[in-house]
Amino acid sequence: MSTGKRRKTSVRKGRAPRAARVQYRKKAAGKPKPASRSDFLASAWSMEVEAAERYATFADAMDEHNNREVAELFRKLARIEQLHADQLLEEDLSRRPPILPPGGVRWEGGEGPETAAPGELHYRMQPYHALQIALACEKRANKFFADFASSATDARVRKAAREMAAEEAEHARLIEDWLKRIPPPDEDWQHDPDPPVVAD
Amino acid sequence: MSTIVAPAPIAAQAFKSDYKPIWCPGCGDYAVLSSISKAFAMLELRPENIAVVSGIGCSSRIPAYTNCYGFHGVHGRALAAGTGLKIARPDLTVMVASGDGDGYSIGGNHFLHACRRNVDLTYLVMDNHVYGMTKGQPSPTTEPDWDSKLSPGGTGLRTFHPLVIALAAGANFVARAFSGNPNGTAEIIADAIRTPGFSFVEILSPCVTFRPEQRDWKNQVRPAPVAPTDDPARAARRIMTDDGFNIGVLYKGGRKPYQPAINKGAKHSADLEAEFTI
Repeated sequence: MSTGKRRKTSVRKGRAPRAARVQYRKKAAGKPKPASRSDFLASAWSMEVEAAERYATFADAMDEHNNREVAELFRKLARIEQLHADQLLEEDLSRRPPILPPGGVRWEGGEGPETAAPGELHYRMQPYHALQIALACEKRANKFFADFASSATDARVRKAAREMAAEEAEHARLIEDWLKRIPPPDEDWQHDPDPPVVAD
Repeated sequence: MSTIVAPAPIAAQAFKSDYKPIWCPGCGDYAVLSSISKAFAMLELRPENIAVVSGIGCSSRIPAYTNCYGFHGVHGRALAAGTGLKIARPDLTVMVASGDGDGYSIGGNHFLHACRRNVDLTYLVMDNHVYGMTKGQPSPTTEPDWDSKLSPGGTGLRTFHPLVIALAAGANFVARAFSGNPNGTAEIIADAIRTPGFSFVEILSPCVTFRPEQRDWKNQVRPAPVAPTDDPARAARRIMTDDGFNIGVLYKGGRKPYQPAINKGAKHSADLEAEFTI
């Protein structure tokens, strides 16, 4: 069953340079309550990294099942999210690397808003489905930042949240354009002429 | 003069190995792997201080996907190996992983007695109500009317009720989690590891290939409406009357874990080996 090969995900290879890696310190568990701009940006950075890691996992899963086209698309999405995380590190967090609680940010409602749900894959899915997953993630992230901007009391946090919301909206628009260029799947896209069930 | 500095905590991702999981796309076990690594990170554990032990089945592939010590044992015997390891090396955090077939059928007897012994380890069962690796046979937790090519008309057999059986047999911590909420599952696993004694966590982990209808579990699960109790009778009543979709810690007792004194005069493994030479 096992291929026995040791391979690393593209996200691991594409991680931030060592000096910029996240530092950890103990914080009370609970939902993230970033009080300062740097805390807010640390949460945003974590959201991007989590999204990238999930897409990379999706890409690996699709690779293992020979759905190369969708695997490559998920890998591309992982690279995009990681790039966004790296940009945050370089442009906004270079002087004060993000500090997160052990185990990562405790997002209200489970996972980060931009992280795709773990059970959304199907081995016969097509690029159209993958982009729909990505679109939903970008829209959730946009809503998260927009809601944050409207409730933040600190003016600098509000401004940063608005900027992030605008970026996520732009990403959503780009994916919508991308979707227009991809043919929608046939109705019976799930049909497998040789399904993975033991024959009688 | 050198200074001893405590090692920095490790990020969750670092508990995963470089082996790519080969579960089906959409399988709940991917998320369970993520939850396990997050739980280890939350507790600020280190891979060299953890052993992940498993039996046979899709879920039992999990030790290879972590950077911890791992033991991929024989079918149904994961708890026996895990128990022996914890007794011999009480300093290790021992996590045992199974599926519903491995844990409740082939390993059913070990399950009962591991609960009864109450050794300080954490037992995760990824329950998808089917034997996935062998292509879809009914397992002990399969519904009696599940109609499939391999069980036409359903088995008609009463389902195994692992949580209440664990409770009756003496497990010190009983919880149910859902793979679709990896962070919530990580919190439960961390709580299970923290609680001394035998901690049992049943994780509803959909098999999207042979039980595609389980994709709908995400719409059926809900947080358990009551806080965990330390009264086993009350916990049993609750578990027996719920529909199997209440998520959370359901029972947390205070039994002292079983940990015999280590025999300092134990023979070297080479001496033991010599005794068994024919």
